[in-house]
Amino acid sequence: MSVSEIFSTDVSKIPLDEMDVSDPLLFQNDTIGEYFSRLRAEDPVHFTPKSRFGPYWSVTKFNDIVRVETDHKAFSSDAGIGGVAFGGIGVPTESSAMGGLEMFIAMDPPKHDIQRKVVSPIVAPSNLENLEPIIRERAAAILDSLPAGKVIDWVDLVSIELTTMTLATLFDFPWEERRKLTRWSDVVTASPGNGVDSWEQWQRELMECGMYFKELWNQRAGGEPRNDLISMLAGSPATANMPFPEFLGNIIQLIVGGNDTTRNSISGGVLALNENPAEYAKLMKDPGLIPNMVSEIIRWQTPINCMLRTAVQEADIGGKTIHKGDKVVMWYLSGNRDSEVIERADEFLIDRKNPRQHLSFGFGIHRCVGNRLAELQLRVIWEEIVKRFSKIEIVGKPVRTLHHIIHGFTRMPVVLHPR
Amino acid sequence: MPKVTYIEASGTEHVVSVANGTTCRDAAMDNDIPGIDGDCGGACACATCHVFVDPAWLDRVGRAVEGEMEANLLQFVPDLSENSRLACQIDITDALDGLVLRLPASQH
Repeated sequence: MSVSEIFSTDVSKIPLDEMDVSDPLLFQNDTIGEYFSRLRAEDPVHFTPKSRFGPYWSVTKFNDIVRVETDHKAFSSDAGIGGVAFGGIGVPTESSAMGGLEMFIAMDPPKHDIQRKVVSPIVAPSNLENLEPIIRERAAAILDSLPAGKVIDWVDLVSIELTTMTLATLFDFPWEERRKLTRWSDVVTASPGNGVDSWEQWQRELMECGMYFKELWNQRAGGEPRNDLISMLAGSPATANMPFPEFLGNIIQLIVGGNDTTRNSISGGVLALNENPAEYAKLMKDPGLIPNMVSEIIRWQTPINCMLRTAVQEADIGGKTIHKGDKVVMWYLSGNRDSEVIERADEFLIDRKNPRQHLSFGFGIHRCVGNRLAELQLRVIWEEIVKRFSKIEIVGKPVRTLHHIIHGFTRMPVVLHPR
Repeated sequence: MPKVTYIEASGTEHVVSVANGTTCRDAAMDNDIPGIDGDCGGACACATCHVFVDPAWLDRVGRAVEGEMEANLLQFVPDLSENSRLACQIDITDALDGLVLRLPASQH
């Protein structure tokens, strides 16, 4: 139990300049919403002078976030000056070069554009059509293997299992070893005491990931063109000769992007429906709402809390002057609760009008490349769930991830009630 | 009011009346035209209102300008064509009365 759970904090009394929404405990104990509500109302573009990551701006309203996202000339993603992961990945530092590894999500045009186009065909509409029956077959098999009436961990047995299988297919990764992908994905965002014991372990495991992928790369480079991410990267002149840190960075980006996110939306949907029984009833009455519900789940969960930009020129956001060099954090989780843009934003409504209007995939040139695959996996798993179960009942307190970027769950005890 | 014809990838046509100054994205959303998602709300921030402008209309509508946001976003759509535009960037005027827009198989 965290300190803020024992001594419940009155968020309205915290001095504004002490409001630091990067504290991972606020996400784990799920009190972050009160902090964001206050910032949206009182100081929507908020400067925090002191944090463990140094000074930073928080952008908390929907339209201001879109404004930052779409001005990639003023707000850089470049790993060399900060990257996109607030606080960096790996050893934390207040230095400017905390973005760490190079990957195309943490590049500006033109290099970003060129590398993104190498991998984007994997999620093109035609490929998604091919993937759907495979995902459905796996979803069905996973659900059919679960014992009814017993307490099981939904995160491990369903959310992780399905998304790891999909990721293994995208990489054409050795099937029996696919849980390595899950582990590496978790390690990327881990820190000592929270997923790894030390930074040395962190580094060792990610190096192991890099060497494993390098081996797959070497087997596939120069071979016949194949439809998996490794072959696509190895076969394109734009990415064939990446230096090792850039190679590892791009692999890590694809692992995390294709794993943590949809995993946590699958779990988050179960929680949202349990907390909103009227919505669960709507779903069971009309499974045709599933595509609509999928977007609402993705908004509600917001599996990536935030992304970082670094100002490379002076800019005005919401009446505040952002200076060159300033760190700017776009809090998607907050923007997705902005009632000025989203009607009844604090309610989970599976039949919401315009459910696609949310920030969870980001906007602008860095918008999530796998967004349609995420939606596909969520749609298929829910279509298969409602065929089999009248309810997935949460029977204990879900454990939330201790992280300021990853918004998810490490455990969710449920009991399945067959139809 | 000017009329705009949206043709789905399947060939289904929808003819709608659009008030001057309205974008083709908003008109599609207001009339529930399937095949236009418009996720960002019309802010030129995604690329989910991608349309193919009928070649006969392309000169009057104009092309996306290289280096500007619309072209930056369009470069990532799976079926980019030289008559690709984002519907949120096409404002209806009397000069565009009769405009024909074709929709891709899916938005991305």
